Amino acid sequence: MSSEHIVRSFSQELQRLVNLITQMGGVAEAQVAAAVKAVTRRDVSLAAQVMQSDPRLDEYEREIDVEAVRLLARRQPMAQDLREIVSALRVAADLERIGDYAANIAKRSLVLAQLPAVRPVSAIPRAGRLVEEILKDVLDAYIERDVEKAIAVWKRDEELDDLHTSLFREVLTYMMEDPRTITPCTHLLFMAKNLERIGDHATNIAETIHYVVVGQPLKIDRPKSDSASFAVVSPAAGFDLITDQDVT
Amino acid sequence: MSVQTETLTDRTAAMTQAAMTQTAARADTAAIKMLARNVKVYYGPKQALKGINLDILENRVLALIGPSGCGKSTFLRCLNRMNDTIENCRVDGTLQLDGEDIYGRMIDTVQLRARVGMVFQKPNPFPKSIYDNIAYGPRIHGMATHRDEMDEVVQKSLERAGLWNEVKDRLKEPGTGLSGGQQQRLCIARAIAVSPEVILMDEPCSALDPIATAHIEELIDELRENFTIVIVTHNMQQAARVSQKTAFFHLGDMVECDDTEEIFTNPRDERTQGYITGRYG
Repeated sequence: MSSEHIVRSFSQELQRLVNLITQMGGVAEAQVAAAVKAVTRRDVSLAAQVMQSDPRLDEYEREIDVEAVRLLARRQPMAQDLREIVSALRVAADLERIGDYAANIAKRSLVLAQLPAVRPVSAIPRAGRLVEEILKDVLDAYIERDVEKAIAVWKRDEELDDLHTSLFREVLTYMMEDPRTITPCTHLLFMAKNLERIGDHATNIAETIHYVVVGQPLKIDRPKSDSASFAVVSPAAGFDLITDQDVT
Repeated sequence: MSVQTETLTDRTAAMTQAAMTQTAARADTAAIKMLARNVKVYYGPKQALKGINLDILENRVLALIGPSGCGKSTFLRCLNRMNDTIENCRVDGTLQLDGEDIYGRMIDTVQLRARVGMVFQKPNPFPKSIYDNIAYGPRIHGMATHRDEMDEVVQKSLERAGLWNEVKDRLKEPGTGLSGGQQQRLCIARAIAVSPEVILMDEPCSALDPIATAHIEELIDELRENFTIVIVTHNMQQAARVSQKTAFFHLGDMVECDDTEEIFTNPRDERTQGYITGRYG
């Protein structure tokens, strides 16, 4: 629906809402990229910067909430307009969470930077790149109202889930081999989980785009392949286990 | 040291998937109370309705919306043959009430209008007492023979219209002395008094303030239990609030009719979308 509202200020207010989401998306994208960079480069000041910038996203979310509620109260929107406003609320909440995860990654990178580097850390930029791509695509899809692109993002989350599962196993194995790495590795696990969650929020946004444009919730089942929750890494035979006999 | 990895995914994941599979089936199974097929209305040479097909479901509220002059009031008036009173007006097509053609030769329009009652835009009480406003219909239809019976009909009707408590001590006073909202409820009580099956309402709240409007809307919701209601309204929010089905009329066509929720969140037709969101078509 491209034609203007008879009351032009209504169109302007809706446009302002879309602009706020676009700006907020840009900030969230930058936060994620910077957090991943801080991990890779062991850059403490960049990490601090990410943490300090997080309140900006909270502020955007509040502003979008206020604007959306005002539109609901004053315009009693219907159909496309109603979906537009409801979606803005949802997308803003997703972006705010994405920002929280980015800040958390930055925070944990401070600990990692103080400890000797561990090998599995190299997986973070790999997952980070994928997350950044997914996030960029989904925000483009939101601006362009491109359902096809949104669905493509939604399906791509599977790649990220796979990556998370393999990273999870890798880190577990590494810790088993050398318990001194447990501290950095635990932080790595949380970072990987944070990236995986950012991907999930990106798929939420993709679903919201589908709702705005098509008017129906996306009903097909998403291929889910994050099996990290079910992963068991067990020591091989010959590994020194404490047996009952040892105890007695 | 070598390490083996394994996962326990497959079965658990399959179960999760199964639990999340949606089974949504939504179909209104209410009976068809009134039915319109290819209804065309002409005022002299001018065609006002271009072949309307519509099902009106029992115990549901159907809202008719659309810009002025789109034919929604004309269609409403076809449902109890109020158009018969307009000179030069010609109605074509099929209109049925409980499967019976209401334009059939054997139909008595007075009886028809007792079964299909009407409430108008402006409250129009008779210049009589509150009591007589209600008693008039039942009296001419011979529905109450004794004074006691009539008292009961009057009280019941006023109660169902949510007006009894406000007027019970002044039933002898003129109906025209009530406030606008009360007068409209009096008119609804008057319509109910002859036990109709369908109630037609032509913008029943457009002359009322928000509180009186809220009373009428609450009343419509209660009346739905016993009556089938068709309401014409220019107030989009009102249509969204009170109806289960909404039909959008435009230039003499019925553009789309669907669940009210669908019409107001995801209309199929561009014209509906343009109208309800306040855009140029």
